[in-house]
Amino acid sequence: MAGTLVSTVINGDSTEFVCQTDETLLQVLRNRLGLTGSKEGCGTGDCGACSVTLDGRLVCSCLVFGVEAQGREVGTVEGLADGDALHPLQSNFIKHAALQCGICTPGFLIASKVLLDRNSNPTDEEIRFALAGNLCRCTGYDKIVRAVRATANELGKK
Amino acid sequence: MADDPKFKNRKFKAVGTRPPRPDGLDKVTGRAKYGADTFAPGQLVALVLRSPHAHAQIKRMDTSKAEKLKGVKAVITSKDLPDVTNGDRDLYDTLENCLARDRALYDGHAVAAVAAIDESTARKALNLIRVTYKVLPHVTDVDEAMKPGAPIVQPRVYTRGVSPKPKSPSNVAKVSEFGHGDVEAGFKAADVVVEKSYKTEQTHQGYIEPHACLASVGPDGHGELWVTTQGHFVYRNTCAALLGMDVAKLKVTASEIGGGFGGKTHVWMEPIALALSRKANRPVKLEMTRDEVFRSTGPTSSTSIDVKIGVKKNGTITAASAELRYQDGAFPGIWAMLGAMTAYACYDLKNVKTLGYDVLVNRPKVAAYRAPSAPMAAFAVESTINEVAAKIGMDPVDFRIKNAAKEGTKSSYGPTYGPIGIGSTLAAVKKHPHMRAKLGKNQGRGMACGFWFNFGGETCTDLNIGVDGTVTLTVGTVDVGGARASLSLIAAEELGIPYERVKCNIADTGSLGHNHMTDGSRGTFSSGMSTIFAARHAIEELCQRAADTWDIPVKDVVWNDGNATAKGKKHKQLQPLSLGDLAGGSENTGGPIAGHSQIVADGAGVSFASHICDIEVDPETSATKVVRYTVIQDAGKAIHPDYVEGQFQGGAAQGIGWALNEEYIYGDDGRLQNPGFLDYRIPVCSDLPFIDTQILEIPNPNHPYGIRGVGETSIVPPLAAIGNALSDVAGVRMTHVPMSPPRIRKAVKENQA
Repeated sequence: MAGTLVSTVINGDSTEFVCQTDETLLQVLRNRLGLTGSKEGCGTGDCGACSVTLDGRLVCSCLVFGVEAQGREVGTVEGLADGDALHPLQSNFIKHAALQCGICTPGFLIASKVLLDRNSNPTDEEIRFALAGNLCRCTGYDKIVRAVRATANELGKK
Repeated sequence: MADDPKFKNRKFKAVGTRPPRPDGLDKVTGRAKYGADTFAPGQLVALVLRSPHAHAQIKRMDTSKAEKLKGVKAVITSKDLPDVTNGDRDLYDTLENCLARDRALYDGHAVAAVAAIDESTARKALNLIRVTYKVLPHVTDVDEAMKPGAPIVQPRVYTRGVSPKPKSPSNVAKVSEFGHGDVEAGFKAADVVVEKSYKTEQTHQGYIEPHACLASVGPDGHGELWVTTQGHFVYRNTCAALLGMDVAKLKVTASEIGGGFGGKTHVWMEPIALALSRKANRPVKLEMTRDEVFRSTGPTSSTSIDVKIGVKKNGTITAASAELRYQDGAFPGIWAMLGAMTAYACYDLKNVKTLGYDVLVNRPKVAAYRAPSAPMAAFAVESTINEVAAKIGMDPVDFRIKNAAKEGTKSSYGPTYGPIGIGSTLAAVKKHPHMRAKLGKNQGRGMACGFWFNFGGETCTDLNIGVDGTVTLTVGTVDVGGARASLSLIAAEELGIPYERVKCNIADTGSLGHNHMTDGSRGTFSSGMSTIFAARHAIEELCQRAADTWDIPVKDVVWNDGNATAKGKKHKQLQPLSLGDLAGGSENTGGPIAGHSQIVADGAGVSFASHICDIEVDPETSATKVVRYTVIQDAGKAIHPDYVEGQFQGGAAQGIGWALNEEYIYGDDGRLQNPGFLDYRIPVCSDLPFIDTQILEIPNPNHPYGIRGVGETSIVPPLAAIGNALSDVAGVRMTHVPMSPPRIRKAVKENQA
């Protein structure tokens, strides 16, 4: 079956790819573009490990078709850092030991960034509900919430 | 003892600090490579066909159409993974679990597999495989499986541990007995005897990363396997044995691991990937879906437990017994045995007896899950302990303190304890502000204790000094949650150099001697011990090089704070030689400088924890919310306290999910009804409060730094802590886990009636 040509912007770079119409954006990112930072934990939109932004909106890339990225902007964990400067969320996840195995971390970082982009000073409860679509089995979420809280505090001071 | 002179005055420089972990950057940038994140030239995609039946005879399997499909490069059935196990019963069980032979034993049991050029071709091929099943009667409940006339899961299994040897097969694979004293006399001497029965449902480890591997085997008998695993050396040995390969010719590399909790200590589909690769002579990538993870990889046991405890009015336990029935899935395991060993491990008992029944059912092969088998036994015992305390009008914490095991106690499972922390954790509970925090409306408080053995095992470690004085630490235990940081701290401590100058790598199986897997909370304990010995070995060499450089006897050289120093006045003109100096000059003093250690890390120190939980119950809906939670646990010595706290918190969260929500739900047809994260609901961020932690350090005398494993014990107390909190708020004793809203409502209604 002939593939479909898709023109998109990924992490700020114009990108073209060919995919089948039934391929998910997650499959395209991982298998066609080598962007394996987004993970498949369930393939049904329940775990959030594949979280990316589509035109700034948080989506599970396992629930989006690759062809839906046509003409839109995709943001993945690989695009969070600015050159050699980590995004404050990335630094704080390391500093606050907010990851153990790290498989859910890319999804949490993307979801946390989307939260802070729209609400720069969330309460702990707002953080917990904003991240409720991302499963972590290692940490009990304690240090994740603290890392996001610390980032909000840092960004608020700037 | 906390004041053991060997440890009391020990000052650490690196150990106990909280530096950033060395793999942190890769994991926040998406660079870290997990099981599914690698690709090989010419790789094929594999998919597995699984039984839709709980129990069925495989009468016929026709793969011819699938084989003919364009793009399909290999199709395998059990014929392609022939039995070369040579009478090894456990290995044969593993083989049969990997790929069904004449019968499918549970919903999700693999029966065939294909490798094709892409996923859609592989999927089409799976649909072309024709399997003719004869559906057989099944059993999925542990108590049902023990009844006479229950369908026999494994006709080759005869009950072990009973005398005389049974004449017919049974679903009871094994009976285990532990204890000492005379429980009947003990119960007679009691003022009050409490008997209770409990059930717990089956839960899954729920690691977020599904099983995944990339296998490559050539017709020359050499192969490689990239895999997410807790133990690549063990995987190598098992896979080589199942495929009839030479151990040395199969190189296994452990990817970063996206959670395991015991579930990645067993091979599942890796032998299938290797067999497909061997048949196709191409690399084969095999990733499980979440559905496959739930249906066919090791959950923990569901259980049914009876507990009996006798007590004097003064609070002394006179006797305690338990009968524990654990299902093992379709293959014999040791899960009831572990439950029977751990049930009363927290207590100092004159008369104790536990009986464990390992029972086969038509469910997936049970695997280890964090302190395997202990949480269910603790749920039953710790719930009953509260009932007993209430009967004699004693505070439940004081009751536990009165009966707690201590140094010198003969444990309920046999050994006599050395220095242990159960008493200290209970004393800490008494003092903890959580116990005095005000409870809100509809809130209750409970606490419970937990125990885990911990483990040591075979460990092999290299430590190589680079020419610039930096250190490469090579270990063979997989890092599941920050171990590389802890092991680097230990190497830095021992060598007297900054943490930043150590780089810890996990070696593949071709680069080190055999390492047992990362289980039993052994990673930091055993590789830590081995790292210390490897560093000391390197220090001997460094001192020798310094002695040679100075032309003085090596006995005059000491290693001090990262430098070789000459002892005594006669050498006072000799300036100390740093690690960097010695490394830089090594080319002229005998070549590379390295240390090595190969040990069985004996002497793992047992671990105890006490948890406190506050829970709120909605009086209308019986919905529950954990509002405050505290973990107090003995770590022996916390190497990197952040990751010790992380283990405490993560285990507690898993226990909370188990206690309140998580369960495998089987239909009457024996099929799993909820194989996905939507219906098998693990705790999400908005479900939980911050989890407070208190690390106690009662040194393990068998480890140079006093380390005990810390990873598992924290999942043991939550079930009972929550049950006790629910009892406090709702006035009912919950005896069935998960304690979901419908079960709480039912209990409350029955109590009111």
